[in-house]
Amino acid sequence: MRLLVNKIFLALSIFSALIGLAFLAWILITLFLKGLSSFHFSLFLNDLVDGGLRNLIIGQFILAGLASAIGIPLGMAAGIYIQEYGQGRYAAAIRDLSDIMMSAPSIVIGAFVYAIIVVPMGGTSGYAGAVALAIMMIPVVINTTDSMLSLVPRELREAGIALGASKYKVIIDIVIKAAKVGIMTGILLAFARIIGETAPLLFTSETSNYFSLDLTESFPSLTVSIYDLANEPEESSRDLAWAASFILTVLVLIINLSGRFITRNKK
Amino acid sequence: MPVLNIKKFSFTYPGVDHPSLKNINLPIKRNAITALIGPSGCGKSTLLRSMNRIHDLYPGNKYDGKIEFIDSNKNVSNILDIKKENEFIELRQKIGMIFQKPTPFPMSIFDNVAYGLKIAGIKNKTELADRVEAALKGSALWKEVHDRLDKSAMGLSGGQQQRLCIARAVAVKPEVLLFDEPTSALDPISTGAIEELIVELKKDVSIAIVTHNMQQASRISDYTAFMYLGDLIEFDKTETIFLNPKEQKTEDYITGRFG
Amino acid sequence: MEKIFQKLSFSSASLVFVILLGIFITLFVAAKPAIDTFGLGFITNPDWNKEVTLETPTTTSEVEVIEEDVSDDDDAMIADEDDMMLEDEDDMMLDDEDDETLTKTIYGGLVPIVGTLLTTIIALAFALPIAMGIAVFLAEIAPKNISNIVGIAIELLAAIPSIIFGMWGLYYFAPIVSDLFGGYQVSLLTAGLVLGVMILPFMAAITRDSMNTTPNVLKESAYALGATKFEVIKDIIFPYSKVGIIGSIILALGRALGETMAVAFLIGSIFVLPQKITDPTISIPVAMANNFGEASGLGESALFYLALILFVISFAIISLAKFYFLKKAK
Repeated sequence: MRLLVNKIFLALSIFSALIGLAFLAWILITLFLKGLSSFHFSLFLNDLVDGGLRNLIIGQFILAGLASAIGIPLGMAAGIYIQEYGQGRYAAAIRDLSDIMMSAPSIVIGAFVYAIIVVPMGGTSGYAGAVALAIMMIPVVINTTDSMLSLVPRELREAGIALGASKYKVIIDIVIKAAKVGIMTGILLAFARIIGETAPLLFTSETSNYFSLDLTESFPSLTVSIYDLANEPEESSRDLAWAASFILTVLVLIINLSGRFITRNKK
Repeated sequence: MPVLNIKKFSFTYPGVDHPSLKNINLPIKRNAITALIGPSGCGKSTLLRSMNRIHDLYPGNKYDGKIEFIDSNKNVSNILDIKKENEFIELRQKIGMIFQKPTPFPMSIFDNVAYGLKIAGIKNKTELADRVEAALKGSALWKEVHDRLDKSAMGLSGGQQQRLCIARAVAVKPEVLLFDEPTSALDPISTGAIEELIVELKKDVSIAIVTHNMQQASRISDYTAFMYLGDLIEFDKTETIFLNPKEQKTEDYITGRFG
Repeated sequence: MEKIFQKLSFSSASLVFVILLGIFITLFVAAKPAIDTFGLGFITNPDWNKEVTLETPTTTSEVEVIEEDVSDDDDAMIADEDDMMLEDEDDMMLDDEDDETLTKTIYGGLVPIVGTLLTTIIALAFALPIAMGIAVFLAEIAPKNISNIVGIAIELLAAIPSIIFGMWGLYYFAPIVSDLFGGYQVSLLTAGLVLGVMILPFMAAITRDSMNTTPNVLKESAYALGATKFEVIKDIIFPYSKVGIIGSIILALGRALGETMAVAFLIGSIFVLPQKITDPTISIPVAMANNFGEASGLGESALFYLALILFVISFAIISLAKFYFLKKAK
């Protein structure tokens, strides 16, 4: 009896794992089949207005890149503060708030940026989209920096200080270097996350059918355009959405896997 | 007639090409305490953990030779032949184990001691209560905890927790108890209490104990096995090992020249 | 230099606080007109964007309120905006009654609030057992190499952008579900299930992490008593990592509440209270995603009111998970 219960339970558990894998396979196979059948190299050469995705892919990278340019230094500095300088309750509170911010609904962050940037500027813009993504990214970078720095042995810091280096020198030259791999992995994962985001961009950057480098106007976004295209009645638009989804997913998974690969190689 | 008879036993961990235990021949005598001593890495814990096949929780281990288990009815079986889950369960109900660190389960004191009984199918409340009480009395813990049996076991001190784990193991009435450095995480007073308890227990069970503490081995054990780098160097009565060792290595170790 | 560095890092850290407070204040200010107009009754009112004529008895009090408030500049502005809004609406609705009668647009949040809660509940009910099974498989059953590979696969599933789940759900998953259960392809049920698939890997991964905190010796000592794997999992691992597991469920719940894109494709986006589980409706994030662009005035403010409600709920839930459960788990 006990053994039977045990067997049934283990079978159920293995079965759930199979379900999880089946969903992954289903989604990926769908994406590959639908995506590849609509995929063509010319998608990289034409803009959306001519039936391609070039402007959207570049636009998405610019938005995520700019968000990283804002989010990474701020997040790392905040993480350094929490781990290296902060004492007591303030640092602990910031750490908790950052965790909460990490789970804040992304659409709400979009609404926030809409109210503080889009409305005053009089319209959607690339800057607004990048800021929204940066707000998504900051807590993730804080979290990684904080936990990776906490793994650096105290002796290393003490050894640096004992040589007469000032604290910030020790942090920059020794502590960050020691935690470099972990932080980079975390940042790559954070980047993979924001580059696939749609909700915070919907009413901040919106999207554009044309190639644009002008961040003061509505800015081409791959994800927002996927949403628009997928809801169009024409088959051709939906095929384009599948091709775009395929490219997006491959990008996200490559970034994600390379992040993991770095850590593993280091180990 | 020993309770366990280890014959030509070798053990290899997964992913390692040389065996961690080589050709061990060792009897564990009935109603006696056998101490396994030796410097760290000598394989004494590995040997102990082979006796109830707890190694098998992690796949890929290789066993060679025999570990015979002669139960109270004189039935002989080879522990290394066990393959089926129900046989493992039976084996572990007959051969209990106490670990280096106390391992109270996340439940009440009563439920901790009753756990082994419950999974063995005993449901009768009064029988459970009686056997829990007997086990706690047998582990000299009853007086300290009888008024808080429903409290979490996490609230006990380290020494009390370890005695609770002994009570838990004793409650299912095993024939053999394996102790894996049971006092290494405890203070001297708790250690003393546990040592007394172990000596007391040998009336009912046969005991094998791994210890890195030679004084402990000499205080409580009847037989001592000295191991070094995966080999059993010498096995004899404890006095002989400590006063009159035959092997040079044994003498070097017990006189503190290495280890 | 040291000082500057320290100041910089301090300000960056404080930015977290500023942003969160900023979100709250901004949402509140933007929602203020709707809060003032509809009060807490917003939460229980099922009508969205509904025109009512101001000649009905109930609205006389409304008019009085506006008159009283004229002294206050801010509120007067809101009243103005209201009027402008009304004109817009009237222009848009050509088939409306004659322009002469004074109408007012009512916004109530009940439908999206209910839609959010129900999709989340369906998602949890679907994902919870499977996620626990996966976690048990990864932590206790699978050999190390298989556990690693499956673990990475599950984490990759978590990394797929939510919009992909939405598209896949709409075109491939929903038809099957509606064949099985009847009803519409866009419905509470399909939205909830796709949301469930989406939070599944996240929940499984953090539950596995919690389960892995159970010390090996504890498991060994249960096995040493003759316990089966099932008994060890049920009696030792689950109780030991209980708080962590509950914390991870709540985190997944927080995620499900705020998810936009996966749900947007599937919920139907109509402001109607669902009668059956297979009916279409709307959730707060989807209401925002699909209506923000067109909304203005009171309609936009009502959307901010919804955003505020969502933010407060998810803030509360996540704080509960963080402070109560996950703190204890450490």
